[in-house]
Amino acid sequence: MRVALFITCYNDTLFPQTGIATVRLLERLGHTVEFPEDQTCCGQMHSNTGYGDEAIPLIRRFVKSFRDAEVIVSPSSSCVSNIRTAWLRTLADTGDEALKRDVAELVPRVFELSQFLVERLGIDDVGAYYPRRVTYHPTCNSLRALKVGEAPMRLLAKVRGLDLVELPDALECCGFGGTFAVKNEDTSVAMLSDKMRSVLGTRAEICTALDSSCLMHIGGGLHRLRSGVRTVHLAEILASTEKDFIHGERR
Amino acid sequence: MASAAEPHTFPQLAKRAVADTQLRRNIGNATQTIRTKRAAVVAEVQDWEELREAGRSLKEHTLRNLDRYLVQLEEAVTKAGGQVHWARDGAEATRIVTEIANRHSVKEVIKVKSITTEEIKLNEALEAAGIRPFETDLAELIIQLGDDVSSHILVPAIHRNRAEIRELFMRKLGLAELSDRPSDLTAAARTYLREKFLTVPMAVSGANFGICDTGTICVVESEGNGRMCLTLPKVLVSVMGIEKLVPTWEDMEVFLQLLPRSSTGERMNPYNSLWTGVTPGDGPQEFHLVLLDNRRTDVLADRTGRQTLNCIRCSACLNVCPVYARTGGHAYHSEYQGPIGAILTPQLHGMDEAASLPFASTLCGACYEVCPVKINIPEVLVHLRTRAVARSGFNMEKLAMGAAIRMFDNPGLLETAQKIARVAQRPFVSDGYITGGLGPVRQWTRARDLPAIPGQSFRDWWRTRR
Repeated sequence: MRVALFITCYNDTLFPQTGIATVRLLERLGHTVEFPEDQTCCGQMHSNTGYGDEAIPLIRRFVKSFRDAEVIVSPSSSCVSNIRTAWLRTLADTGDEALKRDVAELVPRVFELSQFLVERLGIDDVGAYYPRRVTYHPTCNSLRALKVGEAPMRLLAKVRGLDLVELPDALECCGFGGTFAVKNEDTSVAMLSDKMRSVLGTRAEICTALDSSCLMHIGGGLHRLRSGVRTVHLAEILASTEKDFIHGERR
Repeated sequence: MASAAEPHTFPQLAKRAVADTQLRRNIGNATQTIRTKRAAVVAEVQDWEELREAGRSLKEHTLRNLDRYLVQLEEAVTKAGGQVHWARDGAEATRIVTEIANRHSVKEVIKVKSITTEEIKLNEALEAAGIRPFETDLAELIIQLGDDVSSHILVPAIHRNRAEIRELFMRKLGLAELSDRPSDLTAAARTYLREKFLTVPMAVSGANFGICDTGTICVVESEGNGRMCLTLPKVLVSVMGIEKLVPTWEDMEVFLQLLPRSSTGERMNPYNSLWTGVTPGDGPQEFHLVLLDNRRTDVLADRTGRQTLNCIRCSACLNVCPVYARTGGHAYHSEYQGPIGAILTPQLHGMDEAASLPFASTLCGACYEVCPVKINIPEVLVHLRTRAVARSGFNMEKLAMGAAIRMFDNPGLLETAQKIARVAQRPFVSDGYITGGLGPVRQWTRARDLPAIPGQSFRDWWRTRR
């Protein structure tokens, strides 16, 4: 299948390894991967902070970049849920009927990576190998807005060498919330502390999720603690194979 | 309440609350207990989703036809011997109640179930007129005796523990000996309140529902104090927001299932009091219903905001909210706290009072998931954020957001910005992480490290492989 990637501004700038892993994974599964270079950002930060109108040029840009794509896949559940649940709301009062039609037509072709693999392609074994003790944090957007359900767990369960441990209080928000993390720093950090306590309690080496943003928050806290626990996007785990490791150590 | 000069934005008040370990333990334990109970009793109901949908659509239908239903209710209440008053705002409503008290030369009133009267500051207005209000709900009494402010719409004294309540009762009720056993604390309050129930001639209540076809008003409570207030005094005044209407008696079956399970985690509510006008020789001989607007019609006129008026004040959203669990209710600086407070307060009291509240959420969606009448709280939060931004003057955030759009709307500019940021971050980077910085970066790095921007973007990498 021809898969167009939406890498997101965030992953492009801060977490290129997430995008690279997504490409490797999809190509290993036999798909043709395209990266429309005009793409930038879905405008989530703007609409969620109260600047919805400002995000409209970005919606228009996205539609132009991905108009011809068969499917659009992104390793970010929050950006995908923004596209799916917020765009038409943002456009409601604009009167730009053509753009609304384009968005409505495009939305069903936009997939979060794990949902694409499990629900669209119907596979849960992607042939990955990852010899680490891992816990999975279901981010709020993947859980409640996108309702990815069991897809990530089914994928993780089939990764060879991986020891999956359950995260206590998994359904609790980590406290990131985009600009919330800085506008309400104290509350955000209080929520983060509880999330880190849960992660550390599992004795996992890695905490994974479908959103680099939440992982940046949790990982930033764990790094400050010198905890020795890292956060890794699910795409990187799924992209890994035996060739990436020698005697359990990453090449 | 804090005066305008004191800090009262959500981040300022939350900072204080988050640092209070006792408070966090009290709130965390209490919300966790109610949350677990709620989840268990909701799971028992097979058609819970259908019930939610029924509740939502009943509310929407009523609000769409509110003009008609309000007139119907007025006619039914009047026919049953009650008197209906219309209040445009809090000042009008408190004047109406004070005048009724003065007409009867009443110097004391007992009160029950009355967040709406907190909204209009009725107690302050009564006191100014020389009339003493007595709260009869146990938690409200604790708040009143302690000169405190409620911190939860259902459990107003949720931030207090037993030891604190014991100390307060001994001091304020003049008791020499009192244990901190819940039964002893309740008994002390009961002795104090019994005398009020039997001697005070006028009661002021709130209302959970007003049933239009019969003119019946309903109060739902757990202690029996409501039943006392609604039956013993000679004069009863109920203050009700105009959104609390239910078209018919039959419709109550939906709400009397949704409310107790969502709020206290009970299958059925202990005391459902319903009264219709007056009955000679039984109960209050004079009944007044004050129908309060106080900006509710403005909320109704707003396409996204109007769903806020579906709220049946169950407080399920407070109990699941991860923000509320850390800050408690006082950080919201309102009689309506938690997620529903964050959308109700700015709409009822105006954005001047509450511009920081729509931002007091991570938009995690837990509130929407539990709401028995399906209020999409995250959607309304974002809607109100847009309003808060639109009315704020020029500031650094607006400048930065505008710059970000110009950058995101131009891939070349985005790449240039990435390159500049890579250089600019250098003084703050150690071992691949930023630990200091300025402005919003500093807000981030006080407690969390920030990964440095790596040398190669995804875009760069993509080009190298072709």
